Amino acid sequence: MATMAQTERVRVTVRDLKGKVDPDWCPGCGDFGVLAALKQAIVELGLRPHEVLTVSGIGCSSNLPGYLNTYGMHTLHGRALAVATGAQLANHDLKVVVTGGDGDGYGIGGNHFVHTMRRNVDLTYIVMNNQIYGLTTGQLSPTSIKGMNTKSTPFGSVENPINPIPLALAAGATYVARGFTGQQKQLVELIKGGMQHRGFALIDTFSPCVTYNHDNTHEFFKQRTRKLDEMGHDPTDFHAAMEQGCLWGEVIPIGLFWRREDVPALDQLEPVLGEGGPLARRPLGVPADVAQALIGELM
Amino acid sequence: MRRIDLAIGIGGAAGQGIATPGDILARIFVRRGLHVNAYNAYQSIIRGGHIFLTLRTSDQPVLSHGDKMDVLVPLNQDTMNRHLKLMRPGSAVLFNSDTIKPGVIPDGVQLCPFSVKALAPTIRGDLVQNTVALAAVLRLIKVEFETLEAILTLQFRRKGPAAVAENVGVARAGYDHAAAQFTAFPFALPDAGKRLAFFEGNQALAMGGAAAGVRFYCAYPMSPASGVLHWMARHARQLGIMVRQVEDEIGVINMAIGAAHAGCRAMCATSGGGFALMSEALGAAAMMEIPVVCINVQRAGPATGVPTKTEQGDLWQVLGAGQGDYPRIVVAPTSIVDCFKLVPALFNLVDKFQCPGIILSDLLLSEGRSSVDPAEVDFNVPIDRGDVIGLNGAGPPVNGDFKRYLLTESGISPRALPGTPGHVHVVATDEHDEDGVLISDEFTDAHKRQAMHEKRMRKIDAVLPLLPPPEVHGAADARVTLVGWGSTEGVIREAMQQLAEAGVAANNVQISWLVPLHAEAILSILGKCRTVIIVENNYSGQFARYLRAETGIVADGHIRKYDGEPFMPHHIVDGVTAILAGSTKLYVPVHEIRV
Repeated sequence: MATMAQTERVRVTVRDLKGKVDPDWCPGCGDFGVLAALKQAIVELGLRPHEVLTVSGIGCSSNLPGYLNTYGMHTLHGRALAVATGAQLANHDLKVVVTGGDGDGYGIGGNHFVHTMRRNVDLTYIVMNNQIYGLTTGQLSPTSIKGMNTKSTPFGSVENPINPIPLALAAGATYVARGFTGQQKQLVELIKGGMQHRGFALIDTFSPCVTYNHDNTHEFFKQRTRKLDEMGHDPTDFHAAMEQGCLWGEVIPIGLFWRREDVPALDQLEPVLGEGGPLARRPLGVPADVAQALIGELM
Repeated sequence: MRRIDLAIGIGGAAGQGIATPGDILARIFVRRGLHVNAYNAYQSIIRGGHIFLTLRTSDQPVLSHGDKMDVLVPLNQDTMNRHLKLMRPGSAVLFNSDTIKPGVIPDGVQLCPFSVKALAPTIRGDLVQNTVALAAVLRLIKVEFETLEAILTLQFRRKGPAAVAENVGVARAGYDHAAAQFTAFPFALPDAGKRLAFFEGNQALAMGGAAAGVRFYCAYPMSPASGVLHWMARHARQLGIMVRQVEDEIGVINMAIGAAHAGCRAMCATSGGGFALMSEALGAAAMMEIPVVCINVQRAGPATGVPTKTEQGDLWQVLGAGQGDYPRIVVAPTSIVDCFKLVPALFNLVDKFQCPGIILSDLLLSEGRSSVDPAEVDFNVPIDRGDVIGLNGAGPPVNGDFKRYLLTESGISPRALPGTPGHVHVVATDEHDEDGVLISDEFTDAHKRQAMHEKRMRKIDAVLPLLPPPEVHGAADARVTLVGWGSTEGVIREAMQQLAEAGVAANNVQISWLVPLHAEAILSILGKCRTVIIVENNYSGQFARYLRAETGIVADGHIRKYDGEPFMPHHIVDGVTAILAGSTKLYVPVHEIRV
């Protein structure tokens, strides 16, 4: 029977994953590359549109679920990870992908970011990091480099940026990667790896903004990024991951920094889920004998 | 006729173990079928301060913690100093004479000193005086010693036979001392035969959630709402409920929304400060049309406010929570049983109408405890999930694209759960078209925005006929109509009884369902009333202003209290008397220093 089911499984193509509308991103925006890579990853993993839930917050990149033919939730600014956690725990059969930007995830959603990682929720979080606020027309983001001139820092920012890689490592993420939209093949592999990983996967992705960030451009990253696997990095070496994650300069590593498979995901640790299928599909109601016992406690 | 009406006050510092004798007494009472109401006045401190538990019992229903005190058990000097002067003739004060001195004794108050050193010379520890006092109180109301012995045996069983023997021995000494030295009350505690349950509003809300089929509960700890979290967490595995403690209330409501979208009945609880953080997401739930229930257990605000004190100060916050207009259903339970029953009722409504539901409780109701007839706690409630596709993982065939936000006459659109084949769609917090595609910013889409906004908002039109209209409690032609909402029902009804004894006929209209409001029904009731007085636990008359906005009714008088302590019946009686005498339109009682 299993083989029957497998042969019946219609192969999904990239075309099947096209959303109802075309992206309204600026021509040349890195986010096109992330959308393409995510579609490719879904196809290569053999997932069907209804098996995937894509959750986003607000921002240019958070429009992504609307451009993808899977279940989607376009939630509030900064709240995608919290919503996605609830959805994943309610139905752990779903493959839940979270997409968004650096402002959404590392700024307004920073608290959820840290706690979702420490819980090791089984989510794949793709952050389209362009180091600027694009939708609000060019203000400083939490990853904007020090000294950057933006509309909100016209004389240059004096603040230090967040480096999401060491932050994720310290917070307990079990799959930490960095992609670059100029390296599509690698990005597809990183997303696939994240989606196959049982636990929280961060794929921070350089997705340059062609309109508002003239410092960290496609060319900037093309010249500086080096692939970790070509640098001989071992993604099971935590200290090496920390060291590589902190590099920012003439060499900026991209690829898989860290992965561990020995930590169960939150849904695997939750005894309530061990007793059956997805929570959302379980029958409601309290059996009479249990109800009797509950009242008995109060007598 | 009321055969007995006995109020016992136990006071001391935090950490002195007031809860245990209180629980034992309450349990003895309800096991005899007596009604109990308990209110614990406490402080947001870890050790020290002043805690005062009022436990009132009667053979008839007890509607509030009452006005008077029959027995006082001061566990420290501070409690003696504060409360002795409020004791009335016929009452008794039991205290450890080793450490506590009475001071000025009001006329007719029986002092009942006991020396712990004399009665239990070999036993150490501060809790001994509680056991002695408990035994002595029981002797005063002629409860046989075996009842206490059985409870102590059960309680100390885990600590071994020596601990049992020691505690029973101390209790026996206290009991015998009381028999020899103190004058018992002129009644014996009756036994009505039928056992009652005893629990707090938060437990009732949690159990109501369980009955409704809540499968996902999350919260951030916040007094006075944490009791719901504690019950849920303790019973999570037994009932198959996922319980999560989240990093903040913004995360709480968003996580609940995610779980609800995936198909779980999801609930969360907080107090006003946490609710403020949830506001934006409640609008998001309405915009994405995801059913979720949020409980706001009000405490005295604003800001951190008075964390352990009660208030009905969040009505306008709840009415206006979040930006923009959106459909919401708001209900304020009026009793502990109501807390249990309203949760499944609200879940059926939010599932049907695909919008957020808010329960407005308060500290008095949520942390107050009451005896409840177990027959009233029926977990077998009707469950209606509304127009939802994919609860079993499958759905019907779809002709063309699934339109999650189909424009319908009722405003209710078919809802499909993620994971259901053939119904793929995106839900959005931006304004969207029938298929979920964003239209929020497009100049050409104004008419689409209008149509979608109207679709969402008109859902609420069909809610009102499903809600029970308010009723008049008491004689229709009464001299005074006391209008209240939520938790004040019990104390208002007790005040009605006191007013009747004083020759003033009063009735009560207690509002539970706040949004949508049965404005026409209320107008028709109150239009016939002679004197309308609105009673509420806040400064600005939040309900009075809401009622005026929705019905045009201007009340004849107002009784408001905002000192953090709940109304006592005589506060309302005094207010009615003052308003009827024409001396004021707004009466604000001064709370007696009992805490």
